[in-house]
Amino acid sequence: MANFEFVLPPAPTTNIKVAFGEGDLVARSASSVPPPAKQLTPVAKLIDVSKCIGCKACEVACLEWNNLRHPIGINTGSYNIPPDLDPNIFTVMRFTEWVNPETKNLEWLIRKDGCMHCVDPGCLKACPAPGAIVQYSNGIVDFDHEKCIGCGYCVRGCPFNIPRISRNADQPKAYKCTLCSDRVAVGQGPACAKSCPTHAIVFGTKDEMKKHAEGRIKDLKSRGFSNAGLYDPPGVGGTHVMYVLAHADKPEIYAGLPKDPKISTVVEIWKGLFKYAGFIAIGGLAAVSVLHQVIAGPNRVSRADEDNAKRLAGSDKK
Amino acid sequence: MTNSWTDIKNTDLVVIMGGNAAEAHPCGFKWVTEAKANRGAKLIVVDPRFTRSAAVADYYAPIRQGTDIAFLLGVMNYCIANNKVQWEYVKAFTNAPYIIKEGFGYQDGLFTGYDEAKRDYNKSTWDYELGADGYVKSDIDHPRSVWNLMKKHVSVYTPEMVERICGTPKDKFLKVAEMISECSSPTKTMTSMYALGWTQHSKGSQNIRCMAMLQLILGNIGVRGGGMNALRGHSNIQGLTDLGLMSNLLPGYLTIPNEKEATLDVYMSTRGFKPLRPNQMSYWQNYKKFFVSFQKAMWGSAATPENNFAYDYLPKLDVPSYDVLRVFELMHQGKVNGYFCQGFNPLLSAPNRKKLTAALSKLKYLVVMDPLQTETARFWQNHGEYNEVNSGSIQTEVIELPTTCFAEDEGSLTNSGRWLQWHWAGGTPPGEAKHDSWIMSQIHLRLKALYQKEGGAFSDPILKLDWRYKDPGSPTSEELAKEVNGYATEDITDPNDATKVVLAKGKQVVSFAVLRDDGKTACGCWIYSGSFNEAGNNMARRSTNDPDSTGAYPTWAWSWPVNRRILYNRASADINGKPWDDSRKLLWWDGSKWTGYDVPDILPTAKPDVVGPFIMNPEGTARLFTRGLMRDGPFPAHYEPFEAPVVNVLAPKIRGNPVARVFKGDMEQFGDAKEFPYAATSYRLTEHFHFWTKHAHNPAVMQPEFFVEIGEELAKQKGITGGGWVRVWSKRGSVKAKAVVTKRIKPLQCDGKTVHIVGIPLHWGFMGETKKGFGPNSLTPYVGDANIETPEYKAFLVDIESITGPTA
Amino acid sequence: MTTTSPYDVQPGDRVHRRDPVVVDRHSSFVRVNHWTTVITMLLLWASGFALFHPSLYFLAGLFGSGENAREWHPWLGLVLFVAFYGLFFRFWRACLFAGEDSRWLAGLPKVMAGGDEERLPEVGRFNAGQKMFFWIMAIMVIIMLVTGLAMWDQYFYDYTTIEQKRIMVLIHSVVAVLVVCGVIVHVSMVIWERGTLQAMTRGYVTGGWAWKHHRKWLRELVTGGRVGP
Repeated sequence: MANFEFVLPPAPTTNIKVAFGEGDLVARSASSVPPPAKQLTPVAKLIDVSKCIGCKACEVACLEWNNLRHPIGINTGSYNIPPDLDPNIFTVMRFTEWVNPETKNLEWLIRKDGCMHCVDPGCLKACPAPGAIVQYSNGIVDFDHEKCIGCGYCVRGCPFNIPRISRNADQPKAYKCTLCSDRVAVGQGPACAKSCPTHAIVFGTKDEMKKHAEGRIKDLKSRGFSNAGLYDPPGVGGTHVMYVLAHADKPEIYAGLPKDPKISTVVEIWKGLFKYAGFIAIGGLAAVSVLHQVIAGPNRVSRADEDNAKRLAGSDKK
Repeated sequence: MTNSWTDIKNTDLVVIMGGNAAEAHPCGFKWVTEAKANRGAKLIVVDPRFTRSAAVADYYAPIRQGTDIAFLLGVMNYCIANNKVQWEYVKAFTNAPYIIKEGFGYQDGLFTGYDEAKRDYNKSTWDYELGADGYVKSDIDHPRSVWNLMKKHVSVYTPEMVERICGTPKDKFLKVAEMISECSSPTKTMTSMYALGWTQHSKGSQNIRCMAMLQLILGNIGVRGGGMNALRGHSNIQGLTDLGLMSNLLPGYLTIPNEKEATLDVYMSTRGFKPLRPNQMSYWQNYKKFFVSFQKAMWGSAATPENNFAYDYLPKLDVPSYDVLRVFELMHQGKVNGYFCQGFNPLLSAPNRKKLTAALSKLKYLVVMDPLQTETARFWQNHGEYNEVNSGSIQTEVIELPTTCFAEDEGSLTNSGRWLQWHWAGGTPPGEAKHDSWIMSQIHLRLKALYQKEGGAFSDPILKLDWRYKDPGSPTSEELAKEVNGYATEDITDPNDATKVVLAKGKQVVSFAVLRDDGKTACGCWIYSGSFNEAGNNMARRSTNDPDSTGAYPTWAWSWPVNRRILYNRASADINGKPWDDSRKLLWWDGSKWTGYDVPDILPTAKPDVVGPFIMNPEGTARLFTRGLMRDGPFPAHYEPFEAPVVNVLAPKIRGNPVARVFKGDMEQFGDAKEFPYAATSYRLTEHFHFWTKHAHNPAVMQPEFFVEIGEELAKQKGITGGGWVRVWSKRGSVKAKAVVTKRIKPLQCDGKTVHIVGIPLHWGFMGETKKGFGPNSLTPYVGDANIETPEYKAFLVDIESITGPTA
Repeated sequence: MTTTSPYDVQPGDRVHRRDPVVVDRHSSFVRVNHWTTVITMLLLWASGFALFHPSLYFLAGLFGSGENAREWHPWLGLVLFVAFYGLFFRFWRACLFAGEDSRWLAGLPKVMAGGDEERLPEVGRFNAGQKMFFWIMAIMVIIMLVTGLAMWDQYFYDYTTIEQKRIMVLIHSVVAVLVVCGVIVHVSMVIWERGTLQAMTRGYVTGGWAWKHHRKWLRELVTGGRVGP
């Protein structure tokens, strides 16, 4: 039984079978896994954007827990520092100054960006390295850096623009939020949730998180946000990181959160249809070539041809 | 805080004004989100900037910095005009009905008795009219009742006047006023969360008083979810003031005598606290018990009734206080030889850095005790434009004594909610770092040895200091905490039976209730008495038990005084002792005594209709009119900052606070709006903690570089682009910074003038891991609050221009 | 005796009056260049196809690991580009289309089916099929280079958007398959036309081969005086 740390009501206390490992995989990149013997309770992280104060404690906690050392940057004219996800930071706050056209009021939208842990993960679909990306039956999508080859296909596969390649490293690898799979496996919530002072980030079973979100949405609606809602996009089969948004009808105002994310058609073709089409084309053509050799027979040069050449070259006059 | 962090979850309305709780107190702010999520509480933010608190607020209203009094008096005026007053509370628990002396008045921005030359008031008329019985006369309908005087005083602050002064659009002001006024209902409470946004003004104390008055007329003091909640800027700054680390205080808010108070009798003659209304507790009547016990804690057996408990050993003040501004002024005049700087970085945190550098350069020696290499310790070191000094010309000897940080030490921290929370060392000190207590003990012991060897004038205060520690060279936190709690210096017997010992010599006192003025008890800080008694170290308690979820958590740590979680909690019930709000009961009269969820802030058997809830006041009631206790007026009045973009529309001739102290030469260093047209303010960012986090890598990553924030309109006018470089300068200095151009700062219309605001965060310096930078205090004026001298960091004038950045 | 050479005659081309007649077709430099291209391409295929489909991931083993395959692939691509364009600049003139090419192409299907090659017009150094292969490869190598660079995150990550990266990787895979198809045809023709392979192994063909497949070229050599013992 998990003892998910002391969270204040109404963030749920939760009861999750925690220890998980190889036997709990439901998907494995560029390979297949046997169906797991048991189904883990799906977990989820809920980020309540309406409660987030943008303090970046989660960013620091993430750096600390993952033992990352991000370089000291510069100010580029906003609070978005570090400005983007990179191999040395798995979550960043994205600040947007948005004037609500209805109320004319300024709203400072602060969204914690990071891996969404899709039910249908585009990164995993795109990954060519067997086992480099795995998905557990509790919903966590994790990268195995032993197996990652640093090709960057996951970057192309992800509909949320999350994975980053350590480009300057000796051995490039892809990095992203692990949903603190190592912490979850021992009954602790993710480091970001643990550090969040306002409980804008909470963690539990996906069902509990959805229920918790309902209460938050009700509260937001009572405050005049009639379009408040849960962001759990069906285009990727739902996600194990969800947002409560005051303006769920316009997710794109939150620093470009995609409205209806799904794995890009280009990626679907590349990793689906084309795999087969490519093999068929190559295999078919090779077969035709062989058949041609067999049926048409070799095209040989005849004695007459040689003689003609001799004549032309004048060597017969020698 | 009158209440506690955890109590904020009980509120209906949070007003963040003069602070930025979400950014500066993110962990405490969780209780605001709890109140919002679970009670449907609303959050109002009033600030010159749309802060991260505003980002999660239900309503935001802009205000020009330094005009909070006009805004709040405007809200009071609104409440009075619309009869949104908790009348029962006001009549029973405040001094509203009391009659003020004839002759008291207010005109042209000044109260009666102003002396321009002295920049001070003769406050003789600022007092109650006493009856023949020696008690205050009370009649709320009297034309000179506090209520009627106050009503008249606030009447000028109409919504139109508020807009004119504060720049807050009238509709926004009215919306805020309406939301606040709803909390006059006995079943609705509002909490005020404020911090340095109110204190760091030349009328900082009055900013806070003003909100306290508003809270009183709404009936929100002493109740759950109410109160005046100062968010202290440091994890133990509450402990600092409690333990009297101010130049004019002794522990527990006792005061250091001034030089006119040469004897204990004279000292005590003004500290009698005779009740001003019948049957009131006037708890400061116990002053002598606390004072004598303190003297016993200091000098032990050397403090005897015969020598007036070593009263002569106490230093006597020749000035009201040696506040930070005065000390550096004296240092600047060359009158200070040595300076001990312990956990303090004045080069960056005191105003007018140029003056600070000059002052420090005149010292013979400077001792810096700090876990970090502060800018102050390196004030003499040239860091290019970031610290342009001629090292060769500075003769100050600087001694750096590395100390441990909180995580390497055991002890208690007192949080904003007055909770003393014990903590344990989480690591061992690096290198040569030593605990502060070790360093100070060593200095003491060596001084003592020198005196013993060489003698010296009046060495008794040092030679006879009580030093009862197991290892005199290194007292433990436990030993110190026990001494602070207090103990019996002799067997204390039952007054009715001299053979019965009620407290044996050497035992810890249970609380300050048993302290004595005969020298039989010692107590380092009376308000902390009870924190470490015979029951053990109460500060180390960690029970999350909270009966009926009131938010009191009575067995988590220990709260002063006597583990009371909400001050004035008797006011949570009406004159008959019945709680105002049954759903938020705190304390009630059960027919014979007070009972409830908290430790009663009154004698448990004090009859509800007889004894008032504000037991520290001789009146037993709370003061809407403060008599002569504040230098700048018994009511708050609007004064502009010393550097203001507009003149005081109510009193155009008055610059700043008319009684704020200005040192010679500093007045000339104030800029005016013609030369410096933009209203600047300084603040901290959530990514930072004082001057510490720039030395820690990960927090340094989050805000790596000094910047200033301006609105889009000003940026356009000045050709400034976000991420580009700007120069900002005041009459006193100049800084270079990156520009953040934002929609969150908008120009305000004040008295027909467009006022642009420049925000300058405080943190960066020339030491640590972040990029080198400046701070606002290269620019800030050298003037403080009229009452407690907190510098006016929050409102000053600057000019700004776009520059090309450094080439490096 | 020398005269101005026709456009498709290479400097080393020479007819030797031996028995049978031997015609120098590819200089050793060209052969090295060609085989460099071939080897590079095979390595590219191994490393590329390892990432193309999980069933081929074992090919990465040739490089020691998937990481090495990923790391080598773009560098090999650059080598291929240089090698291929070495050939390109040598042969591009020879591969310009000539008048007879369309008639040659029109008659090709029957020849492929086993018909008599004598029906086709005489062609120069390269026939229309070879020319088409040449130009298509030239274009595809450029496409592979451009899309490949766009996928080379170590150096060029910042130059494209994610959506462009997706399109690039799709184009790269599609064109890779087309390259393979082209090469299959190329190799299959070499095998089918006996006597062709030795042009790239030994550098010469027999006169009969030249007479049969590239008679115009043979005539050009003879009339151009590029004849020797």
